[in-house]
Formats: sequence, C-alpha cells, structure tokens
Amino acid sequence: MSFITLENVTLRFGGLVAVNDVSFHVGEGEVFALVGPNGAGKSTIFNLISRIYNPASGDIRFKDKSILNLRPDQVPFLGIARTFQNIELFEQSTVLQNLLVGRHRHRKSNLLTEMFFAPNVRDEERRHRQVVEEVIDFLELQAYRDKYIAGLPYGVRKVVELARALATEPKVLLLDEPASGLSLEETNDMIFWIEDIKKQMGITVLMVEHDMNLVSSVSDRVLALADGKELAIGTPSQVQSHPAVIEAYLGTGQRISS
Amino acid sequence: MRFVFKRSYDDDIKLFKHRQQAGYYVLLLVLMMALPWLVDDFFLGEATNVLILAIAGMGLMLLTGQTGQVSLGHAAFMALGCYLNVILMQRGVPFIISLPLAGIITGIVGAIIAMPILRLHGIYLAIGTLAISVLSEDIIVISKKWTGGVIGLVAEPINIFGLDIDRYGTPILFYFLVLFVTLFVLLIFRNILRAPLGRAFAAIRDSEVSAQALGVNVTKTKITAFALSCGIVGLAGGLLGHFAGAFNHETFNLVLSIQLLLMIVIGGLGSIHGAFFGAVIVGFLPQLIAISRDGISSIFNLGSLPLPGIETASFAFILVIFIMFEPRGIYGVWIKIRTYFELFPFYRKNMFKRQKSYLKTERMK
Repeated sequence: MSFITLENVTLRFGGLVAVNDVSFHVGEGEVFALVGPNGAGKSTIFNLISRIYNPASGDIRFKDKSILNLRPDQVPFLGIARTFQNIELFEQSTVLQNLLVGRHRHRKSNLLTEMFFAPNVRDEERRHRQVVEEVIDFLELQAYRDKYIAGLPYGVRKVVELARALATEPKVLLLDEPASGLSLEETNDMIFWIEDIKKQMGITVLMVEHDMNLVSSVSDRVLALADGKELAIGTPSQVQSHPAVIEAYLGTGQRISS
Repeated sequence: MRFVFKRSYDDDIKLFKHRQQAGYYVLLLVLMMALPWLVDDFFLGEATNVLILAIAGMGLMLLTGQTGQVSLGHAAFMALGCYLNVILMQRGVPFIISLPLAGIITGIVGAIIAMPILRLHGIYLAIGTLAISVLSEDIIVISKKWTGGVIGLVAEPINIFGLDIDRYGTPILFYFLVLFVTLFVLLIFRNILRAPLGRAFAAIRDSEVSAQALGVNVTKTKITAFALSCGIVGLAGGLLGHFAGAFNHETFNLVLSIQLLLMIVIGGLGSIHGAFFGAVIVGFLPQLIAISRDGISSIFNLGSLPLPGIETASFAFILVIFIMFEPRGIYGVWIKIRTYFELFPFYRKNMFKRQKSYLKTERMK
C-alpha cells in the first residue's frame, strides 16, 4: 500500500515555482530519499506534507486519504513525524522532556484531570515514559537523559530530534537531512539507526539528504529533484548514473561556444 | 553532590526529587505556619501581601515564564477577579463560592480576550495587553453601577462556616486563608508542569514550529495558558481586594501590571521559585526603603527625608542590574550558589554561561 502519495503537486512563492508538478509515492516499509542541489524544493516538499504550506494545485494523500484539509498540528495524529533541517528542539528543557513532548499525540487527559493529577494522568505518564525510555535505549541517549538541550553538542541534538520523532510512535518518519553536520562516525551510526528503524520498527522513512553514502546505503528508492522538477526516480545507483542528475550536479560537459 | 538513583518512572513524576528535598519544603511550610506567632501583626500583613503577590506572580509566570507569552495587562484581570468577588459577595454569595467563581469567570474572560490578542507576537503582544490594562481603568470608572466608579467598593468581611475572617480584626486567619490559596495554586501549577499540558507550554515557548509538528495545537494551548493565568491572577485579585479593604480603579493601574512582570523577571523567568522570590522583593522593597530612609535620617539628623519617586527608581535600578548581570533572576543566583557548594571545589566560573544558539534560518513564522 502506498503510504504517502503526492500527485502533480505545485507550489509557487510569487513568481518562483518552488515545486513544479511533482508526483511520487512512498510505499509501506520503504526508505525513500529525496536528493537534489540546494533550492531544489526538497524541504519544501516536507513542509507541504506537514501542511505548513498549501500547494497551488495537486493532491497529497496519506493512505489514499487526502490530507489537504488538515491543520499542521493534525498531521502528527495520522502517524507522520518529522525532524527539521535546522534543529528545532526545546532548548530550555531536558532531553527527557523533549521526548515526552513527542508523546503529545497520545495525550488522553484533559485540563481538569491534569490540574489535579488524577490517577489516570499518572498511569498515562508512566506509559509515556516507558515508550520514551525505550527510544532513549535505542538511540543510546542515556548519558544525556536529564541534560538541557542548550548545553548539548550539535551531533547529539541531531539524535535527540530523531528520538523525539520516534517517541511519537510514527508510521512514517520524515527526516530532513539527518546527517548534515555530523561526523563520519556519527553518520555511520545514523545509517545503522535508519536501517533498524525500517527493519525492526517497520517505520516508513522519507528523507532529504545530501550525503550520497548514506542515501545509497539505506534507501530503497531515490527521487532526484532540481529547480522543483523531477529529474529521475529509481534505485540509488540508477539515479546516480542518470544523465539528467549528472547534468544538474556537474553540468553538461559541453563547452560554452564563445 | 547528590545523585538520585531512579528506580521507577514514578521517580521522575514525583513532586519532590528526593526525601531530603521534601523535608526542606515541609520545614518551610512549618515555618510559614508558625509565622503568625513569630512576627507582629504589621509584618504578618506584609507577609500576606507577599503571598498574594506570589499567587499573581505564579499566574503570570505560567503565561510568560512557561508559555513565553508576555502580558502587560494582568492588573486588569486582577481587577476583574477582585470586583467580581466583591460584587458576588454583595449579592449574598458566600466567600467560599464567590472567590473560586471569580477566578473561573476571570479565566473565561481571559480566554475570550486571548482569542484575538494571542495572534500577536512578542512586542506587539506586549502593546496589545498594555491596552487591556489602560482600558480596564476606564471601564471600571464608566461602569459605575457595578463598580462604584471612582469611589470604588469596600470588601465585606469574609465568613467561612461561621468563622469571621478580616484583614484587621483577625489577621492570623486571613493569613492562613491566603496561605491555603497559595498552596492550592502552587499544587495546581506543579501538577500542570509535570503533565502533558505543561510540556506543551514549554514547547510553544521554545519552538512553535516543532510543537506544531508534534501535534500541539498552538492556538488552543496558548489560549489555555492565558485562561489559566488569568484565572490564577483573578484569585489573587479577589484576595487583594480583601487585603486592601477598600479599592477603586487606581488599585489596579498600569503600575501593578508592570510590577507583576518585574516581579517574575527579577525572581527568575520560568521557575516557580522565581514568582516567590520576586514577590518578596516587590512586596518588601517599599518597607525596606521606608525603614532605611528613617534610619538614614535619624543617623544624620535630617528630620523627615522626602524622596519622591525613590521606590520607582529603586525598582528600575534593580531591574536593570538583573537584566545586565543575571538574566535568570534571583533563582539563577540561588542555583549558582547551590552548584558552587555542591561541586566544591570544582565550580567553574563559566559553568552557566549561555552557549550561542545555532542559526535558525528556516523559521516559518
């Protein structure tokens, strides 16, 4: 079954066409990567799926149901979690508290029961914490559990963002450049984690990434974009050797006639 | 340094980190309970005032410290709580119902006002809420039929189950009443902070975009915060009315709004301690100035020393000092001192230095 489907999606910012008639679908259990030079519209597609932008035309579907009528804060309730390219963590909170915010879509208590911390709130809190601790174990964040984000190094923050997305228990994970700014070692960790997320947890992953090593080692299919248009779609090696992709990254190889 | 070994999830949910900490707070509570027999009626009155300010401070702290929305209009909601409580009591509603009811109605009014005004951000929100404060004074004067106009109202003595509670007649009982409300608000504050709602507040404060991406309805949560904040401040207003005895539109002027904000900034934004520290400063500073003025004039034989504006000037001075040297307020100072002793002799000077945050270029709102 196709989890996320984009059908002829177009988005314009004034005269600039950021996403131009893009269609693709991400199947269940797949790792799907979006690649392309800067300004190709990769992150914009993410923001379209999280409903921050409204497409000018086209349709975005999750499990064959259009999500265009949803507000941005309703999207996570479908089971779509995302990370941000420029880390958007809650700086003045601890790692644990950050991950617990990820549990918000599972909140069943209301204002009144929370004011008096009724027994059901406590039970729920325990369940939330159990899930969060499992994520902490999985991503090896134990050492940073009670540390404030403001004092954490960049690489760890990146992992905390992934952890927070996982804490929502998503069906689809949107990763916006999970390896940008990470060292070689950290990138390798990320590769293992994404593989585990796919195989052990059965979560579908849609990611934007520049690091071709990561893309080719984890993704099943790759979509190459340039200037908001689709260039090529297929397996990582197919896309990497596609003439249009090579042209977008390296140029045509023809000399400019003077 | 103390390491707490956590053995269950409840260790993170509990109100106190460990037994010793619980002990400290029990000790503080015992001290507060014994206060009426330790100090005279004048200082007991001052302590009552500080507690009322602390309640209002907690209300504003929930909004500004936890949710990150500034408000310069909270005196208006104090006024609303105060007038509602007294008007209800005049209509024969007993205090035990009228005060909570005043708080609830203030909260609801707060929610209604929040719907348009919380669309504003940052400095614009400050200006918008400032307008509420300015308007409220006029509204009080205009609606003379209910509020008594410029003459104001007189709070009737409180009667709870046949027990007469009056600020001057039975200051000890009034003190305990205020202490009870303080503890009640404190408990609710703590409960909210350890529940999903409190975390959603902090999430909105730090990053609205990612709060939204995790399923937090930003608008609704902000309105909830504003309503809760107004409700708590309304309770404080109701108590302040009884503390003041008689009040009019000038009791709840813009200066009070600014004082409330000042209180939580000096105390330390984002911590409950901050609300209390700030209340102590704002509550006792006028007394301190009066006492030191008398002291100075008697030492130097200056007679009565008229220094108009000294209070406002000292507030301003203290605020500037804190913003320049300790943006985390008194609570920040306290944390530093505590860490110094906990880590002795390994405390480093730059331990609490703020790290420069990374560029946030892709902010969408």
